[in-house]
This record gives sequence, C-alpha cells and structure tokens, in this order.
Amino acid sequence: MLKYLLKRLVQMIVVLFTVSVIVFLVMSFTGDPVLMIVPPTATDAQIAEARTALGLDRPLWVQYGVFLQNLLRGDLGVSYIFKRPALTLIVERMPATLELVFFSVLLSLAVALPCGVYAGARPNSPFSRAVMGGSLLGISLPSFWVGILLIFYFAVEKGLLPSSGRGATAPLFGIPFAFLTWDGFRHIVLPAVTLALGTLAMLIRLIRAQIMEVMRQDFIRFARAKGVSWRSLFFSHALKNALVPVVTVFGMQIGSLIAFATVTETIFAWPGMGKLLVDSINTADRPVIVAYLMIVAAIFVLINFLVDIVYTLIDPRIDLR
Amino acid sequence: MSAKKEGFFKSEFFHNFVRSPGAMAGLLIVTFFVVLVTAGPLFTPQNPYDIGSLDLMDAFKPPVWMEGGDPAFVLGTDDQGRDLLSAMVYGSRISLFIGLSVVVLSCVLGTFLGLTAGYFGGRLDSLLMRIVDIQLSFPAMLVALFIMAAFGRGLGKLVTALTIVGWVLYARTVRGSVLVEKKKEYVDAARLIGLSPFPIILRHVLPNILTPLIVIATIHVGTVILTEATLSYLGVGVPVTRPSLGLLVKNGYDVLFSGLWWSSVFPGMFIMLLVFGINLLGDFLRDEFNPRLK
Amino acid sequence: MSEYLLEVRNLQTRFELFRGTVKAVDGVDFTLREGEILGIVGESGGGKSVTGFSLLGLIDPPGRVAAGEVIFRGENLLEKSEEEMRRIRGKEISMIFQDPMTSLNPLQTIGRQIDEMLALHTPLSQADRRKRSLELLREVGIPNPEDRLENYPHQFSGGMRQRVVIAIALAANPKLIIADEPTTALDVTVQAQILALMENLVKRFGSALILITHDLAVVSEMTHRVAVMYCGRVVEEGPTRELVHNPFHPYTKGLLESIPRLSGERSRRLPQIPGMVPNLFDLPPGCSFAPRCGYATELCRKEAPRMRTVAPGRMVSCHNPVQGGEEAEGHGR
Repeated sequence: MLKYLLKRLVQMIVVLFTVSVIVFLVMSFTGDPVLMIVPPTATDAQIAEARTALGLDRPLWVQYGVFLQNLLRGDLGVSYIFKRPALTLIVERMPATLELVFFSVLLSLAVALPCGVYAGARPNSPFSRAVMGGSLLGISLPSFWVGILLIFYFAVEKGLLPSSGRGATAPLFGIPFAFLTWDGFRHIVLPAVTLALGTLAMLIRLIRAQIMEVMRQDFIRFARAKGVSWRSLFFSHALKNALVPVVTVFGMQIGSLIAFATVTETIFAWPGMGKLLVDSINTADRPVIVAYLMIVAAIFVLINFLVDIVYTLIDPRIDLR
Repeated sequence: MSAKKEGFFKSEFFHNFVRSPGAMAGLLIVTFFVVLVTAGPLFTPQNPYDIGSLDLMDAFKPPVWMEGGDPAFVLGTDDQGRDLLSAMVYGSRISLFIGLSVVVLSCVLGTFLGLTAGYFGGRLDSLLMRIVDIQLSFPAMLVALFIMAAFGRGLGKLVTALTIVGWVLYARTVRGSVLVEKKKEYVDAARLIGLSPFPIILRHVLPNILTPLIVIATIHVGTVILTEATLSYLGVGVPVTRPSLGLLVKNGYDVLFSGLWWSSVFPGMFIMLLVFGINLLGDFLRDEFNPRLK
Repeated sequence: MSEYLLEVRNLQTRFELFRGTVKAVDGVDFTLREGEILGIVGESGGGKSVTGFSLLGLIDPPGRVAAGEVIFRGENLLEKSEEEMRRIRGKEISMIFQDPMTSLNPLQTIGRQIDEMLALHTPLSQADRRKRSLELLREVGIPNPEDRLENYPHQFSGGMRQRVVIAIALAANPKLIIADEPTTALDVTVQAQILALMENLVKRFGSALILITHDLAVVSEMTHRVAVMYCGRVVEEGPTRELVHNPFHPYTKGLLESIPRLSGERSRRLPQIPGMVPNLFDLPPGCSFAPRCGYATELCRKEAPRMRTVAPGRMVSCHNPVQGGEEAEGHGR
C-alpha cells in the first residue's frame, strides 16, 4: 500500500513539474510583461531597469529556475494589476468557486441518479426515451447560452433572481460562503443550475448505459437461473456493479466542472477563481494566469489521485500494485 | 459499383437508419446546416462583413414578428445594424469549418501517432501514453483556453489549439487496435520470413478502427463546435473579424440587460441545434456499431 | 404419474434477427428419468446451449420459444408465468454455466452468493445457512471453507470457481441440474476433476443431470444416455454405451471416429467430417447433414427425416441409418 502511495506521489510530482515547465515556457513567449508594468511614457532606460528588476533579462532557464524556486516556496508571483500576491488572490476566490461547484455537483447527482437509474431499469419506457432525448439535448447546449437564457428570463424579465454577483456571505470556519445567507443562496441558484446542466445530462446517459450493460452480463443471467427476483437482481446485483465505473468518470467530471466554472462565473459575474482567470487573460496579468494554472493543475492531480483511491476501495478486484 | 450501392441500401445499417427517428432528425438538421453554409451566403439579404452595407440607423431592430420589427431583417439586428440572420449564416460557416478542420487534423495526427506508438512499442509507446494520460487528466477546454490566452486570437491558432487538445482520443483507439493485431500470429510469421509486418498490420488495423473512428469523429465535431463557441464567448476564440456563432452570442450578451434578447438567443439556438443534430447522428452510429449482438 | 422426470417434445426456439430467423432449436425431443445423466452433444452453434436455456425460460428477445412442450414433473414449463418459473429455478432445476469467471458477481463474496441461494429456497436461519454453506464448500472439495466464504470470485482459480458454482447449483437440492459446457473454460487437468466431482455429487444427491458439451469423450465416460444434436435437431438418441459402440447416425459416427485414440493404428490419418456447419440462416432443404454425409441420397437432400425408433431404446433421425460398425465406402457424395 505504501509503495503504491509513494509511486503515485512521484507520478504526481512529475506531472506537476511537466506542467510547470510547459506553463512557464508558453507564458514566456507571450508578449512582454514589462510593457504592462511601466507607464506608457517610460524611456528605454526605465524599461531596461524594470526588466532587470523583474529578472527578465536573464536567460530563460535561469528564469525558470527562479520560477521553480519561488513556486516551491509558495511564492507564485505578484499580480501586475492588483499588485498583490497572485496566490492570495486565488485563494481568496477559491471558496466562491468551490461552493458553486459543490452545489452543481449536488444538483447533478440529485437529478441524474434517480433519472439515470430508472431509465436504465426500464430502458424502453416512454420516460426513458424522453430522458435520453432530453439528455442528448442537454449535452448539446452551450452552457454560456443557457446561462444567458436563465438570466434573461429569471432576472431581466421576471426579476425573481439576481443576475450577477455573489450576494451576502456568512462565515463557516472563518471562510465566507454565500449559500449560508438567503441573499447569497438566491445568487447561487442560477449559476449552479447552469453549471450543473451539462454534467447532469452526461451522467444520466452514463448511468443508464452502464446499467443496461451490466444487466446483459453473465452473472446476472446466472443469478436469474438461481431464481433471484428481478428486483433483487437489479438492486443487489446490477446497481453496484454499474455504478462503480460511474464514480471514476464522475470524479474526472469534477475537474471539468472547475474548468467550466470559468464560463459560468464570467456570465454571472460570480467572483470566483474562474472569473479571475478570464479577467487576467483580458488584462494580460501573467502572474495570475500562471498561478491559476499551477493551482488548478495541482487540484486536478489531487482529484485524480483521490478518485483512484476511492475506486480501489469499492472494487475488490483492484489490488494496489 | 452499382452492386455495392444496392447492397448498402439493403444493409442492416441503412434499414435501421431510416427507421430511427433520431438518426433521421440528425441527418435532416445536419443537411440543413450544410445547405445553409454553402448556399446561404447567396441568399442572405446582407453581407454582414461589408461595413459599407451597414446602416447604424438599423441597429437594435427586433425580430420581424415583434413590434418595431422590419421584414428586411427577419431576426432583428445587432448593435451595428447587422442583420442577425445573415450574421448567423456566416457564423455557422465559421463554426462548421472549425469543427470539421479540427476533427480531420486531430484524426490524422492521432491516427499517425497511435500507429507509431503501437507499432514500435517500447519507450516511444510509453512516452506517448504518458502524454495521453496527462493530457486526459486535464479538461480539454482549459488547455485550449490556456493556449489561446497565450498566443492570442486567430483562426489558425484556434484550429491548432483545438487539434492539440483533440488528437488524444484517436491515438489511444488506434494504438489499442495495433496492439491487438501485433499479438496475432501472422506478425511472427511475417517476421520469420523476413517481411516487415507493418503493411499487413495496417491492412488489418484499418478496417477495425474505421467504425470506432467514425463514431469518435462525429461526436468530436459537436464537442469542437461547443468548445470553440465557449472560447469565442470568453474572448479567446475566433477573431472579431470572423464572428462565429459563439462570438455573436457574446456580442448579444452585452445588450441583454436592455431587454434586447434576440442577438444572443438566436445564435445560441443555432449552436444548440447544430450540435444536437450532430449528436443525434453520433448516438445512432455508436449504437449501431456497437458489437452487442453476439 | 409419468415415468419421466422431464419430457421435451418438439421444442422450437427461434431468434428473429434482421438477416432472417434463426431456428436455433428446431424440433427437439428427449426424455429424462430421475437421477439419470443425459448428455447433449454437438458442435458449437448446434443449439445445445439454447436448448438448456429454453428449458428454464431464460430466452430473451430477440429469441423466443416458438413451440413445443417441456413437461417437468407432469407440468408444462412453457406455460408457466415468470413468477412461477422463478420459484422453480434454483429449487427444482438448477443451471451451471460455462464460464465460471463470468457466472459469479465479482463484487460480492462467494459466501454471500451461496447464502442468497439458500435464503431463497430453504427455510434455514442465517446461522444454519452459514453452516450449510460451509458444508457445501466441503462437498465440492474447497479446502478451508471458513476463510474462503469471505473471499471474492477473483481470488479463486478457474477450477475452484466452478466448484463454487456447483455448490450453488446443488444448494437447494434440485431434481435436475443443467450443466452447459461446465468444463470447456477450464484446464484439461482440472476438467477431469470437475466432471468426477459432478458425477459423484449428482449420484449422491439423487439429481438428474443434463450435461451439454461438444466433447463426446467426456460424454461417453459419464452419461447414461446421449442425445446428439446437429443444427438445432436431435439426430440420434440412446443409451451411451450402445450409441458409442454402435452409432446409427452418420454424424454420430463421424464424431466418434474423429476422437483421437492413443492405441490402435498410429499411421492412420485422423478422420474428419468433411465440410462445415451450414449457415443457420440458410439451412439446406431436406436433411441438414446431407451436404456432409457420405451416405446421402436424393431423398436425404429433398426430405428432412423424422425421429424414429430403430432398435429398443435407440432413436435416429435419418433415412439411411448406418448399420452397426460398418465403414463407409468413401466420403464421396
């Protein structure tokens, strides 16, 4: 077990290292950050000075070395725009993104599980067909467009729900969360629904497909030959077998949700990491972009790792090699 | 040739296809779009890129069935006086173009790399699979977003970025197929005689991967169109001079709060329709080619 | 009360596919007495497994049992509802599948899977069920049953897994066990063990056994009677000893001759039945075996033969049954 954990740890570090190199290289080829810092009236000498101050006159690999060093020390650079450490900026906004993702996940599961399981149990029923059609539509929807529609109907037309922002927050363990206040909760509804839609649709299809797949297998037939009732077959035998791979896929989806949160946050002006990223891209705030990518990469790597662990726990066939 | 054609129309595939409401609907939708983008520009009332033909006085006109609508601008106009319908036709063209080119390039690149990795095995294979795994653990959209953010907007850059993100699935499938073939006895036999088994493997692999690749490619087109729309919406996709449907939605968003909903709703609807049609086809193909009947 | 435990008459099971209708089982008749071991032999795709599934009502669309009667203990199973069949499965009639790898639920301990069987069909308490499970495991020759109950299927070897499957099949003491190619997926050395085990248990528990296999050698060792199937029909039926020494149907003869022998003339080439099993969508008119038969006549090609008794206890479906032991003039047509 320990050996496996160590092996995985090494793998994760390698991945993060590779990502850091790629991110650094790509970013270093994009525009000249010096021009962002100095006022437009700066003289050449001032520009050169600024460059040296930022360490941008040194060879690339030295710059990378400095970058890496700082990274390991927890220093991810200072935002050109906000003049504050990039890491702090991101961490400040993390709770907003996390609660958005959390509620989307909750919503997706709450709807997808019952619908998907039912559709899998009765694949040819009218409900199942409707679900399949609806979910296919669901995965064809551009999420930003859905967000816009929701805003337009619920906020602009009907004025039922707010169209942007996070609203009031209340602290939990010292971290401010919006859902703990009624106002904040009202603000989270539309974004969470928007974000949840794509995942929900995908999950329903996946669950249904998995269940149908499992019901076709030999051991189900054997259990049937034992005289097991359909109800038992489905709930005691098929369901668990079907849902195990769903766990893995869903785990990966969480990463995707964090990515798509960028779009949702932008539409709803939700002050999370994603919005920060998009804003930083538009203002060419390089340190923040780099910091975001590194942090998000770390999060994904961690999620993958956790998903693998969970998978080994629920499937007895997997041996930790 | 006519015997082959006749055979196709009698095949199980064709039989199921015409009886599947999903598949037929998908075909209809996709055909509609293909016709729209090829013939559309000939019929649109206006070329939205021709600045000279725009009149700011026409700006913000609602669709024809609403009060204030103008029959010259069936779906209304945007903030520049551009006819929305024309813009959507041209926008669909761009979206479809990007979708198809990315898929073709990804498929070619992915297949090539998959073949190489599978055939040569060893270090090359491990390295490639490493890259594939790493890349797959990150959401495609984010990687594309990063690349576009770094290198700026542009049609060519966008297609490149999406291809870089998209080749992976093809490579993995093809590699898997090659590995299966490599294990078969004719490979050893060929080697014993001194022949390179590569052309024979190719001959065996290609028919096997054809159907999975078609399924993957079809669904991929839909994914690319959505991803491009999202990136364009965020401002890192297509350049302003070549608005795709996604960019049109973004432009519409800016005026949404004044109650001018049509310039974002209609283009988005088009995106949804197009991708839905593609997915209908893709779904049908995937079920059809699934070896479920033993 | 009939003398037979099971009487199958004119069983027909069809699969309606796009390319046409496959008559997987096309008019099968056979009988079985209590405690008897019947072998159903034939090539792959010959309809043997489908017959087995049809008996238990386990045929799913696009297949269906189109006609016939399956009289088990005086009642026609084909007329029973799913609910009624469910009560019979496992309790009166049990089935053993071919691949022990896939027969068991990989995510449940085998203890739980045996327990499920007992809970369904016996009134035993949980404690008693556990005791019985251990007994069963011992019966099938699994060492250390106490530990093994908590194991998962993948922790057993193929042979051991099949033993577990057999234990499950026997758990409720059924009157009839249908074993569909129970040893085909196992190593050769293990095959013999499993077959011996089955024979032993079946005799002790007093169950009847239908052993479905393509391996005539296996059948000749273990069974009381044999039914030979070809293309969905029984072509010959009779007591094993007699059938093996004195086959009437050319197909049976061909099968027997193609069994490699350790003794006897070494220089002789291993005889084969020429040709291949026909495409089931496209069965020839007349006798399905005619294209491959050395004795086929015009009549054979035109008219399908019927099953008839040619000697006491011996039935054949052939226009020109082979008369005991004679060699064919040649394999010409």
